[in-house]
Amino acid sequence: MPKRSDLETILVIGAGPIVIGQACEFDYSGSQACKALREEGFRVVLLNSNPATIMTDPEMADRTYVEPMTVDAVEKIIAAERPDALLPTIGGQTALNLAIDLSEAGVLAKYDVELIGAGLESILKAEDRELFREAIEKIGLAVPASGVARSVEDALAIVERTGLPAIIRPSFTMGGAGGSVAYTREEFEPLVAWALQQSPKQQCLIEQSVLGWKEYELEVMRDAADNVVIICSIENFDAMGVHTGDSITVAPAQTLTDREYQEMRNAAVAIIREIGVDTGGSNIQFGVRPDDGAIIVIEMNPRVSRSSALASKATGFPIAKIAAKLAVGFTLDEIRNDITRETPASFEPTIDYVVTKIPRFTFEKFPQADDLLTTQMKSVGEAMAIGRTFKESFQKALRSLEIGHAGFEPPELPAGEEGEEALWRLVEEPRPSRPWALAEAFRRGHGVDELYRRSAIDPWFLRNLQEIVEMEAALASADEAERRAWLRPAKQAGFSDRRLADLFGTSEGEVRALRHELGVRPVYKRVDTCGAEFEAHTPYLYSTYEDECEAEPTDRRKIMILGGGPNRIGQGIEFDYCCCHAVFALRDAGFETIMVNCNPETVSTDYDTSDRLYFEPLTFEDVLEIVDREKPEGVIVQFGGQTPLRLAVALEAAGVPILGTPPDAIDRAEDRERFDLVLEKLGIDRPPSGIARSPEEAAAVAERVGYPVLVRPSYVLGGRAMEIVADEESLAHYMRFAVKASPEHPVLVDRFLADATEVDVDAISDGKRVVIGGVMEHIEEAGVHSGDSACSIPPYSLSRGVIDEILDATRKLALELGVRGLMNVQYAVKGDSVYVLEVNPRASRTVPFVSKAIGRPLAKLAARVMAGADLAELGFTEEIWPRHFSVKEAVFPFVKFPGVDTVLGPEMKSTGEVMGIDSDFGRAYAKAQIEAGNALPERGRVLVSLRPSDRPRALEALRQLAEAGFEMLATEGTAGDLADIGITASVVAKVGQDGVDTVSRIESGDVDLVFNTVQPDPQALADSASMRRAALTRGIPYFTTLAGLRAAAGAVRAMRVQSIGVRSLQEVHG
Amino acid sequence: MLADGTVYRGSAHGATCVATGEVCFNTSMTGYQEIVTDPSYAGQLVVMTYTQMGNVGANPADDEAAGAHLRGFIVKELFDAPSNWRSNESLPAFLARQGVPAISGIDTRALVRRIRDGGFQQGVLSTDPDWQDEDALRERAAAAPALDGRDLVSTVTCDAPYAWNEPEWEGVPGQLPRPQRPDPQLRLVAYDFGVKRNILRLLVDQGFDVTVVPATTSAEAVRALEPDAVFLSNGPGDPEAVAGVREHVGALSREYPMFGICLGHQILGLSLGGRTRKLKFGHHGGNQPGMDMASGKVAICAENHGYAVEADSLREAGEPVAITHVNLNDDTVEGIAHEERPLFSVQYHPEASPGPHDARYFFGRFREMALRHKAGERVSGAAIAGASATTDGGA
Repeated sequence: MPKRSDLETILVIGAGPIVIGQACEFDYSGSQACKALREEGFRVVLLNSNPATIMTDPEMADRTYVEPMTVDAVEKIIAAERPDALLPTIGGQTALNLAIDLSEAGVLAKYDVELIGAGLESILKAEDRELFREAIEKIGLAVPASGVARSVEDALAIVERTGLPAIIRPSFTMGGAGGSVAYTREEFEPLVAWALQQSPKQQCLIEQSVLGWKEYELEVMRDAADNVVIICSIENFDAMGVHTGDSITVAPAQTLTDREYQEMRNAAVAIIREIGVDTGGSNIQFGVRPDDGAIIVIEMNPRVSRSSALASKATGFPIAKIAAKLAVGFTLDEIRNDITRETPASFEPTIDYVVTKIPRFTFEKFPQADDLLTTQMKSVGEAMAIGRTFKESFQKALRSLEIGHAGFEPPELPAGEEGEEALWRLVEEPRPSRPWALAEAFRRGHGVDELYRRSAIDPWFLRNLQEIVEMEAALASADEAERRAWLRPAKQAGFSDRRLADLFGTSEGEVRALRHELGVRPVYKRVDTCGAEFEAHTPYLYSTYEDECEAEPTDRRKIMILGGGPNRIGQGIEFDYCCCHAVFALRDAGFETIMVNCNPETVSTDYDTSDRLYFEPLTFEDVLEIVDREKPEGVIVQFGGQTPLRLAVALEAAGVPILGTPPDAIDRAEDRERFDLVLEKLGIDRPPSGIARSPEEAAAVAERVGYPVLVRPSYVLGGRAMEIVADEESLAHYMRFAVKASPEHPVLVDRFLADATEVDVDAISDGKRVVIGGVMEHIEEAGVHSGDSACSIPPYSLSRGVIDEILDATRKLALELGVRGLMNVQYAVKGDSVYVLEVNPRASRTVPFVSKAIGRPLAKLAARVMAGADLAELGFTEEIWPRHFSVKEAVFPFVKFPGVDTVLGPEMKSTGEVMGIDSDFGRAYAKAQIEAGNALPERGRVLVSLRPSDRPRALEALRQLAEAGFEMLATEGTAGDLADIGITASVVAKVGQDGVDTVSRIESGDVDLVFNTVQPDPQALADSASMRRAALTRGIPYFTTLAGLRAAAGAVRAMRVQSIGVRSLQEVHG
Repeated sequence: MLADGTVYRGSAHGATCVATGEVCFNTSMTGYQEIVTDPSYAGQLVVMTYTQMGNVGANPADDEAAGAHLRGFIVKELFDAPSNWRSNESLPAFLARQGVPAISGIDTRALVRRIRDGGFQQGVLSTDPDWQDEDALRERAAAAPALDGRDLVSTVTCDAPYAWNEPEWEGVPGQLPRPQRPDPQLRLVAYDFGVKRNILRLLVDQGFDVTVVPATTSAEAVRALEPDAVFLSNGPGDPEAVAGVREHVGALSREYPMFGICLGHQILGLSLGGRTRKLKFGHHGGNQPGMDMASGKVAICAENHGYAVEADSLREAGEPVAITHVNLNDDTVEGIAHEERPLFSVQYHPEASPGPHDARYFFGRFREMALRHKAGERVSGAAIAGASATTDGGA
């Protein structure tokens, strides 16, 4: 069937901000879908509140709305754009839910908009547990047995049928609160009682446990002619019980015979037909009992997903792109396979390598969170690696994670019995560190059977890890001749030079030298969807140690761009956005572009993005080998965040041409002592500060500059281990526990400027001219990490004089440092004084936001500058001062981490961002709050509990709210201050005081808005944490800073003046 | 080593010997045991494109024949510690027991690309430490007879007729329910050109009483068995070289409903006056797109053939034969049906094993054709293919 001719305009919904469980894989799928639809001549209207995406670049759609993802806003967009169809299956759960809401609200019917890809009925059948169960049982397949209990007696009757161990899931709680696993009858009763108590409706689900079963996923596609293909099979390394997003996963499936695999395939085909996903991709998860192969259906996602992004990267089959084409009527056999060019897309990819994905966690950001991996996803990113064997791909994936591991380094464990116990705990309980514990257990002589019994990880995987450990032992004890002989087999098993250096007791450089002497060099193989059956026309490559190299470098002028590696807090999609822009700009300028990255979620690892893609770990060794093969005329390290930047000095020393700002300039900006000289020369102020290489030095510096001080290790991103300390005792504690200060790793100690306003500036310099991209005034005061703070372009309160001083300082800094490309400067403004906090001569997290606010692609311009163009020839010579306000707001993962305090501080905790655009600052801020899931009420009750020092400056804002009709609830002190200005507030007890306290008020559901600021001391924080958590879990908008309070009050006022409208980027910048 | 002199060195496994054969590659990621025991690989050295072999060991139920027929097995990594609930033997042990030499640790992708670009080649695999001299091996490879013109069927067919009763594997708890075996039973004679057991199992599941007969069984002898239908099996090698079969098939095709798979399809084509040709490197894998021309639907198919029926040859021979299926990768003919007589055949493997089950509908069509013929209806293979395409959910 050819393309549908009855459709003209298609509305595509993106996934919104990056959150845990929904990351940049949806930018990848969304961008692919938009491109595919436009290629076919459709008019694409896009909605996504996340500015840091490629898909929201104005050239990706005909109309791009960076607006709230609400029924209200979509209705306005539909009314304005009148799309014929809505594609809801490429924007994750967000888009699917929004489509359901739109459908149920009658909006789609009212404007005659058709859901394409998956209809409402299919979506509901797949998403609603009960409907899904019915559908699965109807076709004769099995789901875990379960029943809904409203009492302990009910539960006992159900568990008779479903068996122990049993999963207990309370209904209607967020984040899995109150859920548990009961192994025995004795445990079961009290756990059910607890679950019933936790559930607001006193009801819980008792479910058959499939813990310890093997877990599989199939990526399935179906077209309008009912052709069904399986794109990829994935087997989880971790057994059932760990969320698949948190599991190590491997493609293809490894431990199924053909017969078992085909039964699973048959089941998947029957499921997609029964659920009725008309066209596009779905992900279906299965459990398999290891002792008899029994199959159980776990769940289905009737849309593209994180797994489909992984499957696309793992096979070279672009699922989202094909899904978009199927949605508009094409059948699989009518679409060509891009890679082979000759053959149609109606086939099943076959691969001749093994793919391993390992999730990346950031528990170090949330010390109160338990790092036990459960059915609720907690990882923030992932690394994927390709190798010809599982061992090779697994070891490549370990070093791709960038968590300091080059392989299976032995974990630090206590000595003796205690260490043995700790080790077994790590083997038995799934935690991020488990792979290293498994290796250590093998190292200590334990066998596969015992590890299988304790971990439920399939013996096949375990045996492979054991072989790696056995090789390690042999290599460590090898003599010179053996080392030379075993170097190639070791590299084939995926060992890094650095790990081999550890084992040999030499340096990485010596291993490399030996390797080169022996001619043990990687070759590059192509990912081609077909196991080499057909010629591959796309250079999508991975390294291995074999005979034949398929890289076939060209002799064109070429530039290599190093990507950002796995997402983490502080380094996410924004940097991938910059890398992609560098590629686009340099491609347009006629260069061949070469991308190196190992993050399967991203647009940068789409084989379509760059001319050549190396899916490789971003380590010195791996990058250097690619450089050696490709010989690019330059390598760009300033767009991928800290990951490539960390390699810059070593690469330059190895003779690799680094483009743009020289690494020495980066060092001058990052090295405090050298930077002080720069500032002195330019006459720019900074907060008094010093460098400490020991606890004693730290105390001396703090004494000199005065408390409170801001302390942090140098060379980190995302405020890792950054703290504000108020006195000598806290400083000593910090120096003892939080960092290991040393001559190589100094600690920076700055005077903390309380109540200052922070300002971020992004600028481009070509060495002669500096153009400011944007001046962002933060909403939250200094002390909140810039990545966690909301900010506004243009500044909403700074004086002209202050802004001019900032512009002037930025220009001077760029020229003095010799910046070529992007630069980000952070300032603190206190009164009329401007202080420089830090300078980063590289792409910053805010580049995409600024680009969308001013309508100019900063990263593209910078890439051109780095490749030799000057700003004049690029036509970017003057600052743009937009007439509208753009507000960026951060989005946080707190709801996923029970027990973690939501208060903001100098350590970055947000995972994503949204952008609100309006002609009025208040409404732009209000939009950003809606998009961040913190929608402000226009009326109702506000609960206020403020620290004394904030109250005077909060009163005016609170008075306005009271006048607007908000009812005030306040804790005692705050109520008193409100009374002084004539505002009556009902007094609510603090937690721990007698009477109805703040938490009870919030939980009873009669609070609509919470303002809470607190002294940054541990006791005060601990006392009020439960109140902030209560607001979070109840989904009530809350603000924990004075500035946030004031902005929120202003936003409420602005919304009452004029309701929120929508405008596309094309109109805003038109 | 290939006949062109390219040498690949790796670790030896399985039988210790020197084996020669035509080198072909298979792209299936599962089902190596079925491939090792598939009689269609007689005379061939098989390279697996997927790299991890032996993960699930071997078990008696998954054999496609009583023993292995391929000449050698070439892989990237051969695993000796299998993990699967049905496994009772490691793959290296299985290969040794079956007398199959194997090599691991070589750049199989490079080898596959060489065959893809250069076409089929003879090769030699030596696992014998005393036979490692490259010149001597090159001579062996060069001297090894090619598949063209060789009757390999005679080496794999059964010696005497036998009844086959085993149904399909019962499967695992929780799988899709299997359809009921239909009534009434029909009598079937299956020519064994190197038949895969899973074909026989699926025929049993379609309610056929199956008698397997040797390849050279005469039409006379088949008539004596009073079948309701005749089946032509898969098998190895060059269809034109299979001796003493075509005439009997030709005679029987005027009397009985007939269904052929793979070599059986080619032999039916030849007996109808068509021609076959050798493909550059064949189709060997479980991911091939087979389109049913009547419905326009695509089945993902298991394929294993180095020869194909020439598209126009049947029409040229004057037989009213329709092309019912094509491979969308290269448009080769993959299914034919007679427009007057109850005959159809398919180039690929609806029995899969290994591979997807999408094309199993052929067995149901065969039963329907046989049943209607038995009821006295003048039914043609093409009519069955055309009418069923919209009803049997296949492809």
